[in-house]
Amino acid sequence: MLIVSVLFSACLGRYPLSVSDLLTYLLTGRSVDTSLPTVLLNVRLPRIIGALIAGGVLAIAGTAYQGLFRNPMVSPDILGVSSGAGFGASLAITLSFSLIGIQLTAFFFGLIAVFLALFVSRIIGKHHDKILMLVLSGMVTGAIFNALISLMKYIADSDSKLPDITFWLMGSLANISFDQIKVVLPLVIMGTIPMFLLGWKLNVLSFGDEEAKALGVNTGRLRVIIICCASLITASVVCISGLIGWVGLIIPHFARFLVGPNHKFLLPAAFLSGSIFMLLVDDVARSATSLEIPLGILISLIGAPLFLIFLSKSTKKSW
Amino acid sequence: MVKAMKLEIKNGAFGYPGKPILNDVNLELNTGEIVCVLGKNGAGKTTLFKSMLGVLKPLSGSILLNGRPVEHWDRTQFARLVGYIPQARSLPFPFTVMDVVLFGRTAHLSVFGSPGKKDRIIAEECLELLNISDLKNRNFTQLSGGEQQLVIIARALAQQPSFLIMDEPTSSLDFGNQIKIIRQVNALKNNSLGIIMATHSPDHAFMCNADVVIIHEGKIWKTGHSDTIITEEILKKVYGVDVKIRSLGNETECNRLVCVPTV
Repeated sequence: MLIVSVLFSACLGRYPLSVSDLLTYLLTGRSVDTSLPTVLLNVRLPRIIGALIAGGVLAIAGTAYQGLFRNPMVSPDILGVSSGAGFGASLAITLSFSLIGIQLTAFFFGLIAVFLALFVSRIIGKHHDKILMLVLSGMVTGAIFNALISLMKYIADSDSKLPDITFWLMGSLANISFDQIKVVLPLVIMGTIPMFLLGWKLNVLSFGDEEAKALGVNTGRLRVIIICCASLITASVVCISGLIGWVGLIIPHFARFLVGPNHKFLLPAAFLSGSIFMLLVDDVARSATSLEIPLGILISLIGAPLFLIFLSKSTKKSW
Repeated sequence: MVKAMKLEIKNGAFGYPGKPILNDVNLELNTGEIVCVLGKNGAGKTTLFKSMLGVLKPLSGSILLNGRPVEHWDRTQFARLVGYIPQARSLPFPFTVMDVVLFGRTAHLSVFGSPGKKDRIIAEECLELLNISDLKNRNFTQLSGGEQQLVIIARALAQQPSFLIMDEPTSSLDFGNQIKIIRQVNALKNNSLGIIMATHSPDHAFMCNADVVIIHEGKIWKTGHSDTIITEEILKKVYGVDVKIRSLGNETECNRLVCVPTV
């Protein structure tokens, strides 16, 4: 399924390639069409890889957060990572940073937002329900950064900067290059491996903090590790793709529907389904109309009804 | 043979900051003993248990497992020795009964491990022991309260602890299952486990021939063997109802005391 969608996506686009040409090139290294390697390697491939990483990462971050917060309605931006990254990007665009500068600023502000949420919850939430405090702190930091995004939009130059900010906030994979993937990939791998390894412990957390502790899980440490990993990978993806919602909320449900709630299988399943979903939606984004539709918009348009379908299916199966 | 171990509380005060619930608690539980905790709703039984588990920090005093303060124990090491059967539970995801019982094996796994074949065999044995093997592949969230309770007990058994802290293990169980659990508790005691159990039925303490701790007005009011501690006056004082306590001495099968409330 993954391979088929990758091949399909490689052929699709403004400069159409035939599957047979592509396969001949891949297998023999020779090509009838001289522009095929250029199109494939410089334009299509980075974008395909970018879509796979972005979709997969948002899906596992969402899955991990849903497990951690014991709530299937949670998405990766619950602790404010997207708002933080969004503010970072709009700040950098307003200050006319380079593309790399924008991405770095987005990345750091994404992480800052999460650490701020963690920090605030630690201070105010000493004796209260820790998870509730964390969610509320996340909401507060998210709200602050959203206000700052609006501020940036308000003061940004409405002819040159504002459209850029708006476009970034809508999310797109159009600007992805191999250089960015080279930077992001190690971060993503670094953040993903601990989550896969801690899958079983994440299961045990489903019964809540006290029971998980009694079953021998150091819940505080586990929570910090998962939050750090999930934020790291989300921030690294968001900084190159812009804000893309929904994937982190719907795909975990879809994956749970496929393989059940055990995170050992659920996390890999979420990664794969997220990747494929993102790739296919991105294909639509770049080829449905002559003008590219921003990915974020399309995902919400497709994602919202899909989510309803999953929900109605799943209540019947009642997982 | 299990090594003799001890879980003890010295001058403990438990509860929440600014809102102490229990004071002056001294208690000792050895392996091979059953202690029943009696007290009316809201007396602080669950608070006591959460404190013993190290989930709730004691306001003062200390809780020692084998002489070492509970808060100094590594959670995994502690969980290998002390199992917990909580009162209420909610599970947001549809895990199977087998998965839930396997959760009990967590303390025996490596940091990044997940249960293997050996753990499955142990889990199946625990289900077998409680006669609920047929629930194995069912969705835990769809079971009845009583069935869930049995699964949670199986989970605690899979943990293979030396101590069990049971917070009303028989609540929401039908008459037959209640008695089965009490029998199981007695069998576990004979296997050298130390069990502390909250219960609302004084009869359970008689059935287990257990030591009793009565919590009343924020303190441990009485401790001692059930036959001497559980009296008509004490039950009247704790629960506010009239009870007759009679001996079934001439019944060879159940030679013990029983409580009969007057209605």
